[in-house]
Amino acid sequence: MGALRVLNRHLRVFGHTWQHSVMFTVIEPLLYLAAFGFGMSAFVREIEGMGYLEFLAPGMVALSALYAATFECSYGTFVRLHYQKTFLAMLAGPVTARDVILGEMLYGTLKSALFGTVILAVVALLGLVRSPQALAIPLLLAVQGVVFAALAMWYTAYITNIDYLNYYITLAILPFFLFGGLFFPVDSLPAWVQAANNLNPLYHSVEVCRALALGRAGAGLWLHVGVLALIGAVVLPLPLRLMEKRLIN
Amino acid sequence: MNNVVIAENLGKCYGSLRALNGISFAIREGECCGFLGHNGAGKTTTMRMIYGLSTVDEGRLTIFGRPVRLTPPAIKSLIGIVPQEDNLDPDLNVLENLEVYGGLFGLRRREARERARDLLALMGLEDKTHAKVNELSGGLKRRLVIARALINRPRLVVLDEPTTGLDPQARHLVWQKLRALKSEGVTLVLTTHYMEEAAQLCDRLLVMHEGAILAEGSPRQLVERHTLPWAIEVLVLLDAIPAGLADKVAAAGGEALQVVDGLFLYATDGEDMWRRLDGWGVPPHACFLRPSNLEDVFLKLTGKGEED
Repeated sequence: MGALRVLNRHLRVFGHTWQHSVMFTVIEPLLYLAAFGFGMSAFVREIEGMGYLEFLAPGMVALSALYAATFECSYGTFVRLHYQKTFLAMLAGPVTARDVILGEMLYGTLKSALFGTVILAVVALLGLVRSPQALAIPLLLAVQGVVFAALAMWYTAYITNIDYLNYYITLAILPFFLFGGLFFPVDSLPAWVQAANNLNPLYHSVEVCRALALGRAGAGLWLHVGVLALIGAVVLPLPLRLMEKRLIN
Repeated sequence: MNNVVIAENLGKCYGSLRALNGISFAIREGECCGFLGHNGAGKTTTMRMIYGLSTVDEGRLTIFGRPVRLTPPAIKSLIGIVPQEDNLDPDLNVLENLEVYGGLFGLRRREARERARDLLALMGLEDKTHAKVNELSGGLKRRLVIARALINRPRLVVLDEPTTGLDPQARHLVWQKLRALKSEGVTLVLTTHYMEEAAQLCDRLLVMHEGAILAEGSPRQLVERHTLPWAIEVLVLLDAIPAGLADKVAAAGGEALQVVDGLFLYATDGEDMWRRLDGWGVPPHACFLRPSNLEDVFLKLTGKGEED
C-alpha cells in the first residue's frame, strides 16, 4: 500500500515529463533500427527465415524497455536519493524505507513495459510484427523491467558518486545488449559467450519477444521466461536491504 | 498532562562516534519544547529517532504511548516533520507538493487539494500556488515545508532548525505561524541554535551538549538558575585584559567566563561591578552592561565543555 502511494508521486511527476521522457527513450532504439536497418539490410538478406529489420525490431522493443528501467532506477534514483532528498521527504510520511524502494522499482517496471510497448506499436505500424502473439510482449517487458529496475537500484545503492553510474552502463548494460542477440543471432558468438548469455536477462527477453512478434511461440519459450523470472526473484531483494541501510541508521 | 514523547536513557553510536549518551526527557502534550545545542550536540539524532529515520538501539523511546524501535507508519501519520534541509519536490509545483504529500497519508485527491489550499492560505502562499518550488525564496520554501508538515493535521510537529538561513523578517513570520499552531493545541518540538528563537517560542528548553542534556527548564528558569542576573561583555582583545581579573571578579562575588576569545563578567549587582571596572584596569567604554539572557546560560553550559 505504501509502495503504491510512493508510485503515485512518481506518476504525478511523469504526468509532467512524459513527452520528453518518451521522446528520449524511444528515439535511441528507433535510430538503431533506422541505421542498422538501412545499413545492414543491403548485406543481410535474411536471418533465420526473416528480413533483417524483422529480426532487429523485437530487440529494439526490449532495448527500449531496458533503457527505461535502467535509467529510472539509476540516474533517477540517484538524483532523488542524494540531490533532491525525495526519499527522506517521503520517509517523514507514513511509509517505510521498503515502501519507498519498492515504489521506485515499481515505477521503473511500469516505464519499462510502457516504453517497450511504444516501440512495439511503432514497429507494428512499420509492418515488422507478424503475429497477434505480440500482444503478450508488454507482460514480458514488465518481468524484464523488474530485473533491470532491481539491478540498477542495487548498484545505485552502493555508489556515492553519480559518475560511477557510467561503470554500470558501460560494463553491465552495454555488454547485455551488444551480446544479447539483438543485432545478430547469438549462435555466431564463441561458445563461452553463448554460455554466459544464459545469465544475460536481456538475451532471454529478446528471444521471447522475437518469437512472439513472429508468431513462433512454443513450449521452449517458457524456459526463457522461467530463467528471466528466476533472475528477477533473485535480484529483487538485493536493493531492498542495501538501500534500507542507506536510508535508516 | 499527557506525555507525547518519553525518552529513557536513549543512546546512539555511529561507528566510534557517540552521538547520544543516554538521554532522558519527556515532551508534554500542547507544549513547545526546544532542544538547544551546537551542531553535533545530538539534537538532530534525537529528532531522527522520533520521526523514524534512526533506530533506537539503546534505551527506550515511547511515542503516543507506544514503545518504538523504528517509528512505524501508524505513528508517523500522527507527526508532522519539518526537516533541517528543504527537501521539497522540485519536480512538482507548490500545490502539487502538498497534494502528493497528502497522498502519502492516504488522502484522496480532492481532500488533499482542499487541505493544501487551506494551508497555502494559512502560510500566505496563495499567490505561489502554481509556482515552481525552485523559484521560491528561502523563507517561502520554509513556509511551504511547514505547510507540508501540517497536511496530515498532526498532533505533534517536529521542527529541526526551522529558521536556519532565513532573514529576520522571514524568521519572525515563521515564528508567528508556529505560535498560531501552538495556540491550536499542537505539540511542538524544535531544535535550534538561535537563543532568540528558543526564548521567543519555547515553554521549556533542553540544553544539549556532546550527546547529553545539561540543563532543562523554561527560558526564565534557566537564566535564573545558571547565571547571575547581570552580564558585562568585555569587548577588548584578550591580551589587553589585566592578569588576575578573574580572581578580582570572583572576590567581588561575580563570575568571569572566557569563551573562545571573548570575556563575559557576571554579577548580582551589575552597576556595582561596572563601577569597579576602571580600578581593575578594564576600560568601561569598551564594555557593555546588560541583563543576563539565555545566551549566557548557553555559553556557560556548553562554551567550556562539561564544567558547570
